[in-house]
Amino acid sequence: MMSTPIATEIVILLAGLLFVLGIVGVIIRKNIIFMLLSVEIMLNAAGLAFVAAGSRWAQPDGQVMFIFILAMAAAEVSVGLALILRIYHQHKSLDIDKLKEMKG
Amino acid sequence: MKIHQLTYIAYCLKMNIFFYITAFVTLFSTIMVITRHNPVHALLYLVISLLSLSVIFFLLGAPFVALLEIIIYAGAIMVLFIFVIMLLNLGKETAAQEKAWLKPTVWIGPVILSTILLLELFYLIIAAQPSSYNLQIVDSKAVAISLFTPYLIGVELAAMLLMAGVVGAAHIGQQKKTVLHRFLKEEEP
Repeated sequence: MMSTPIATEIVILLAGLLFVLGIVGVIIRKNIIFMLLSVEIMLNAAGLAFVAAGSRWAQPDGQVMFIFILAMAAAEVSVGLALILRIYHQHKSLDIDKLKEMKG
Repeated sequence: MKIHQLTYIAYCLKMNIFFYITAFVTLFSTIMVITRHNPVHALLYLVISLLSLSVIFFLLGAPFVALLEIIIYAGAIMVLFIFVIMLLNLGKETAAQEKAWLKPTVWIGPVILSTILLLELFYLIIAAQPSSYNLQIVDSKAVAISLFTPYLIGVELAAMLLMAGVVGAAHIGQQKKTVLHRFLKEEEP
């Protein structure tokens, strides 16, 4: 067993950076498709943190959690894209400011 | 003994350099994703980001998850996105719209605030005690054993979630036809 030089902190920091980029994307974009993409980035960052923690103690639990995140992302994307298609057919726009007329 | 140590140090250096290059590629492509105007360009950069993230998983000794990342994320989920963008026919006018929406006055506030949060996170992580990995590759066998013994209930819950996702997507996506009474139906020409 040898120790790799890749420090735990740096990997966790990378995950945090990716998560912040995802949050920034959700906040600054007005197109729903881009917001969904940013949510994907955030899910990926959470998965990276799980895998890094699992690799730190050489346990498979982190990878198991990543598989669960993957399944959840697949379900979320399928429902979200179906919703986007419906919204585009009804409103002819993907602008979230126009969709506030849905009232909740 | 000396030579062995030297080769080990060289190995460490190589791994570190690989990691930093890959981390840079990941961050750069993610920044490109959230700043592109054209949806297809953003998707291409997101695929690059996912691929480099899978390289990082590989460096961390998790090859199974690295493969899953490529197959499911970069393969399946991105294809779904591309299909939807093709269906909606988002082209040049969307890019022009995005360009009009993405003004600095919109994003400068959130970026400053999240940078503050990021600096706090940076300090907290750097201030902790340093620790390094024991590189032990956790292969797919260990993952599968863990997945189907202590996490079995989680697997079943994920299966139910996927089922609900499929049914929900099919229900939301179906086109509703206007149903008239059969006497009111117009004559087919």
